[in-house]
Amino acid sequence: MAKITYITKAGEEIQLEASSGSLMELAVKHKVAGIDGDCGGVCSCATCHVHVAPEFYQKLEAPTEIESDMLEFDDNVTEYSRLCCQIPISEAIDGITVNVAN
Amino acid sequence: MSASNFSDAFKDTREAKGTCPFNDQNDPVTMLLRFKDVRKTAHNTKGFSSAAKPGRIVVPSEVNIRDTRQIPFEVDPPEHTEYRALVEDWFKRPLDPDYENKLTQIVEAEIERVLQKGSIEAISELSLPIQSKALTLLLNIPLTEAQTWISWGTHVFRSEDSDLDADKASILYDYIDAEIDKAIAAPDDSLYSVLLNSEYQGRKMTKEEVKGVLILTFAGGRDTVINYLTNTIAYLAEHPEAIEKLNDNPALVNTAIEEFVRYFSPLTHMGRVVKEEKEISGHVAKEDTRVSLCWASANRDESVFENPNEIVLDRKMNPHVAFGFGAHKCLGATHARQLMKVFLRVFTEKVSTIDIIDAAENIEDWGAHKRKVGFNELTIKLNAK
Ligand code: FES
Repeated sequence: MAKITYITKAGEEIQLEASSGSLMELAVKHKVAGIDGDCGGVCSCATCHVHVAPEFYQKLEAPTEIESDMLEFDDNVTEYSRLCCQIPISEAIDGITVNVAN
Repeated sequence: MSASNFSDAFKDTREAKGTCPFNDQNDPVTMLLRFKDVRKTAHNTKGFSSAAKPGRIVVPSEVNIRDTRQIPFEVDPPEHTEYRALVEDWFKRPLDPDYENKLTQIVEAEIERVLQKGSIEAISELSLPIQSKALTLLLNIPLTEAQTWISWGTHVFRSEDSDLDADKASILYDYIDAEIDKAIAAPDDSLYSVLLNSEYQGRKMTKEEVKGVLILTFAGGRDTVINYLTNTIAYLAEHPEAIEKLNDNPALVNTAIEEFVRYFSPLTHMGRVVKEEKEISGHVAKEDTRVSLCWASANRDESVFENPNEIVLDRKMNPHVAFGFGAHKCLGATHARQLMKVFLRVFTEKVSTIDIIDAAENIEDWGAHKRKVGFNELTIKLNAK
């Protein structure tokens, strides 16, 4: 089980728990504002863009080239940007905080 | 010859040159064929404008058949951003469970209806009715209105011998004018009324602006959705094992719809007018000339997609541009995706196999390239489970 905190653009903090799926799927299920997940997680829409808390960013597997190229064109990109459909939920990310980018 | 094979029409030119000229009504277009160029150019709304004369960014150009600007489609940021924000929530309604249920009922009824028949012509008897009836949900108007649109036939803008037919197009424009007048006289909770009540830059939207949104809604989602549905049926006819796989595994439906839309790319390309001269894969795009973003070619680019000419139902990484890319990405995509999902779910639940009886391909002519985009006719027989 991993605890995950989403912070929306409006500053709302949403704490959720899950053990499988992706950060995008969990957010969509709980209607986290700003994460639409339009393409269902195949890296085609960028409607799942988040900024990962710096201390967790390094712990994640590095983004693929396809993900990085996609992010390159999105708004509000920072060095901690990720498409959260590409972040699987596991014990390894327990306690992670992500800020919704758009 | 397999009906569900859609070859990559642009491969050789994409790899050798990356761009290709097409002469369209004396306003030539240079088609951009590479994935990277297409995305970069789509993203660059400053250098490549959508706000040209109405109809000019469409290929073939519609400047001779319409004056109304489609909104937000033919507008650049920052105005585009405000228009888009006005309509965004409305076009996300397809995610509501109630919308999804109604869509499911429509698709179930249509498939039940054709299962009772022997052979059917899939475009006119299944794809067009489903597309039209689904559109009543997006506009939030009575289902019965779909009969009018079905009676228009498959091509609203095209006639037998011409790609663009002003008389045919005016049927749609006149219809929308009349519907807007009705909504002004008797406001309801349809898209017409919602738009008439919306405020742009602190004032009410004009009739012309409302018309612009509606033309886009009708035109953008007609041939595209019809081709998508028909092509998917052709694929399932020739891949009966996929019917079972999709029926047994609901999660597969999510990746499958993205893969179908990549592979079929129902909209071949979309134009832009050059604002700042730029070189793209060796082509010097001069100011006030046109380029087009060839989604269909980008979606087969081998440098991005493994086995691009295969349909891989569970393709995990699929950064396709079938719904466009950037600020102007398809406004109707949420509706289209919901319809695609519901259609696959219901279809694979009720149908066991499909026999193709007759097929006539619809081949687009882009000068040096001929691209199959769908069918002019697809006669099939559906066998129930
Ligand atoms: S959900 Fe579409 S890119 Fe992440």
